Amino acid sequence: MKLQLKIWRQNNPDDLGRFRNYKLTELNPAMSFLEMLDTLNLQLIKNKEQPVEFDHDCREGICGQCGVMINGIAHGKPKNITTCQLHLREFKDGDTIVIEPFRAKAFPVLKDLKVDRSAFDTLIASGGYIGVETGQAPEANTTPVPQEIAEQAFDAAACIGCGACVATCKNESAALFVGAKISHLAALPQGKAEREKRVLNMVNRMDELEFGHCTNTEACQVECPQDISVLHIAKMNYEYLRAKLKK
Amino acid sequence: MAITGLFLCLFLVIHLLGNFQLLLPEDEAQLQYNAYSAFLSGNILVKIIAYVLYISIILHSIDAIYLSFKSRKSKKTRYRYDARKRASKWYSRQMMLLGVILFAFLVIHFYDFWYPFKFGELPLDQQGNKDLYQLVIASFQNIGYVGWYSVAILALFFHLLHGFFSAFRSLGLYHPYYAQIIKLIGVIFSLLMCIGYLGIPIYIFISR
Repeated sequence: MKLQLKIWRQNNPDDLGRFRNYKLTELNPAMSFLEMLDTLNLQLIKNKEQPVEFDHDCREGICGQCGVMINGIAHGKPKNITTCQLHLREFKDGDTIVIEPFRAKAFPVLKDLKVDRSAFDTLIASGGYIGVETGQAPEANTTPVPQEIAEQAFDAAACIGCGACVATCKNESAALFVGAKISHLAALPQGKAEREKRVLNMVNRMDELEFGHCTNTEACQVECPQDISVLHIAKMNYEYLRAKLKK
Repeated sequence: MAITGLFLCLFLVIHLLGNFQLLLPEDEAQLQYNAYSAFLSGNILVKIIAYVLYISIILHSIDAIYLSFKSRKSKKTRYRYDARKRASKWYSRQMMLLGVILFAFLVIHFYDFWYPFKFGELPLDQQGNKDLYQLVIASFQNIGYVGWYSVAILALFFHLLHGFFSAFRSLGLYHPYYAQIIKLIGVIFSLLMCIGYLGIPIYIFISR
């Protein structure tokens, strides 16, 4: 199959950037979207041009590295997938595909389709963990967790941190990412000990990092590869209010 | 935003219940509506609630301006090709626009009814109360006024459709079952407010 690509090219964070058009022929509909970009890059390298930079790692929907706007939608048109899980069979022969990086104040573009998402790491470092002594892994049954609580926590823990929620949100809010982390850890006995400190620190840090405010448009869940529920944002609000009142 | 919004929702119900008196038979409606208006302006408790209401409107607006200011886009963060709208409802994204329409409506509404009643000279009815009733009826017989009123009430409908459930989420209602119930109540509430507030002027326009 043949595809026309309109790809955002930007040399560095200060560059204004522009779209460049590319044409690919002899593509296989069974190829993944990233394999298509690999094919393009091979062609560019052969022609002694700069390859298109994009993030990727596991290529099986787990790592959360690959994330671009495909025809104006984070990770492309099919719902709840990552870019690497998108295949060319979703497009028609001869289609034009517009590929842009995720855009947000907190996610500056480094080069082409590659963005700096280290703001997410900063958020996690501000409280998205539990304080435990290191050493041998403890015996799993020392802390009993009821099955339904474990399930709830796991639903939130499934977040892969790809940033599609921020890219999709009209306010560039990271509420789904932070909400999932808060909700996951507040549900479990190991995380309960630091729940107040965690939520206050993480929410405050979210504001400092120039993420926007959540206005409950619920767009984030629609584009989330893991279909993380927006109710985790409500849970974060609950935890925040609870912590503030307790303080 | 959530607390002021929910207070304003509560006020909408009280205001609508008061407005229903306009639907009584004409003579009865005039006396009762004017007496009700006089009672509201004379009661100290109502006065306190009225001030809470004014403050709520102002705080709600300031908060909205702050949120819009915070989410404004720079050239670098604006998508050149944007199809994100498939993921959310248009009214959820346009709360500010709907809010601006409602604010403009409120300013006109205060100027048309509240100001003449509080500070203007109005003729008195048989019981010696200011005749707000005739002022309201005269407005609702004007097609232009009813048209503008209807636009504002439709804006209110969509504003509530998002605002009602969103307020509960912001206050931390995270239980899946109750969140679903609140969403349903929000839809019913928005519909009832829309039908109630639209029905009165349209009924008066057609019947008088």
